[in-house]
Amino acid sequence: MKGRLTPYVLAFPAWFWLAIFLVVPIAAMASVSTQTGNVIDGFVQTLSFSNYTDALGRYSNQLLRSLWYGGLATVVMIVIGYPVAYWIAFKGGNRKSMYLFLLLLPFFVSFVLRTISWGFLLADDGILLGTLKNWGLLPSGFHVLATTVAVVGGLTYNFLPFMILPIYVALERVDPRVVEAAQDLYASKTAAFRRVVLPLSLPGVFAGVLMTFVPATADPVNSQILGGTENTMIGNIIQTEYLVNNNYPTASALSFTLMAVLLVGIFIYARALGTENVLEAAATR
Amino acid sequence: MMTRSRFGDKLLHVYTWLIIVWLSSPIAVMILFGFNDKKSKSNTSWQGFTTKWYQQLFEIDGLTVALVNSLVIALVSTLVTVVIGTMLGLAVGRYRFRGKGLTNFLVFAAISTPELVMGASLLSLFVSSNVPRDSLTIIFAHVLFSLSFVTVTVRARVVTLDPSLEEAARDLGASPWGTFRQVTLPAIMPGVLAGAMLAFALSIDDYVVTSFVNGSTMTFPLWIVGSVKTGIPPQVNVMGTLIFGVGVLIAVGNAVASRRRRT
Repeated sequence: MKGRLTPYVLAFPAWFWLAIFLVVPIAAMASVSTQTGNVIDGFVQTLSFSNYTDALGRYSNQLLRSLWYGGLATVVMIVIGYPVAYWIAFKGGNRKSMYLFLLLLPFFVSFVLRTISWGFLLADDGILLGTLKNWGLLPSGFHVLATTVAVVGGLTYNFLPFMILPIYVALERVDPRVVEAAQDLYASKTAAFRRVVLPLSLPGVFAGVLMTFVPATADPVNSQILGGTENTMIGNIIQTEYLVNNNYPTASALSFTLMAVLLVGIFIYARALGTENVLEAAATR
Repeated sequence: MMTRSRFGDKLLHVYTWLIIVWLSSPIAVMILFGFNDKKSKSNTSWQGFTTKWYQQLFEIDGLTVALVNSLVIALVSTLVTVVIGTMLGLAVGRYRFRGKGLTNFLVFAAISTPELVMGASLLSLFVSSNVPRDSLTIIFAHVLFSLSFVTVTVRARVVTLDPSLEEAARDLGASPWGTFRQVTLPAIMPGVLAGAMLAFALSIDDYVVTSFVNGSTMTFPLWIVGSVKTGIPPQVNVMGTLIFGVGVLIAVGNAVASRRRRT
């Protein structure tokens, strides 16, 4: 009898934590999102679903922009990250772990601090642009900060290792003999890559997309530090509505919408690729 | 054909190094400007070498308080997370029980919920139930987002364990607690330690979730973002450099130690 209870006793504190601080808060957020009132008189449940239409009417631009920035950054990460993962997995030799360590080096610096340092490099007369301008290689009015390029570049910079690692893990599992076999059977290098290596590495790409698209889309830090007024993302709006305007219903409705959009996105993604791929991808995280 | 592919390999080698340099350049900037002898208010252009910011490291009271808060919060939340996360990792790695599927789902949900939604939903709960926001609510939140990572690293270790070892210990008369302490715990320790380091790193680095549940308590990342408009003092660079140095030392030390254990 005692042995049977063991797993429940072991799991109980974590269950308690996940219930109180994950499940209940999301229910609370759903409830607040249809309330009306203000911070002084308090909020009452009025089931005003118009909070959603109001919020979306006002902020659909920022929501769409976030999805666009997050998607663009994810695609850029695949394009620039895949060759790195490929080279380390197949040509890294006995230095693979050193290369992985170097890729992870930025994570020893606080996320906000490295975003600020990155903004610092891109500053109008900072080390990079200032020097190029002094040499006359760039016009003096040229700037990168407060543009789409700076924000998408910052997102790419901050989340790139999360794309490279899962692709690397998938490529590392590819048996080189399989590639040799393809070549023995007269496949060209390109054909061997396209028809053998690439399909075997796709689960890693799927995992990478899951690990980067969601946090990049919902990130408020990069657009706040690197962007201008034209680059506001949904994360900034939610933070301002909650923390500055104390407009909890609108903010909750927006967070809930963001969560729903991302969940639906993951679901469609899972259906399109086959659930097993995504589950496998999730399991290798 | 051969030479062409060798050339391709070289090109990829150089490219990989370029990406590494790109990823590391902001760190180099951070370290460098901790040594900048700046005279003006902003710390954006190089004005000569100095080590005075290292001597005046704790002269900005608010920043020091924020750093101490961050360290205390990271320490406490890591301890709590390691205990309950290891227990859950043992439960899902070792046993079959009712609700295991739901548990795995919740662990996955806690990892994949965007930080922003997590912070916003916690604030909704705290506001609706009139819970005051301070270091305690920050710790609640940090344990929540670290919990899954500890569970996953411990579970990975537990599933590789041979159950006959524990049976042998029991047969030799060890109590359940004795078996756990002398057989199970040492075997899963690498997973527990990896989880603990991850939890500490996640906690000390977190800005988004913390910004929702901090009330008036300041942490290191919050203080930095708050001072972006007025200019980041060089002491922030110095603290960042020191945290970076300690982190790298621990990681390298850990790698060397585990290599030595293996050989």
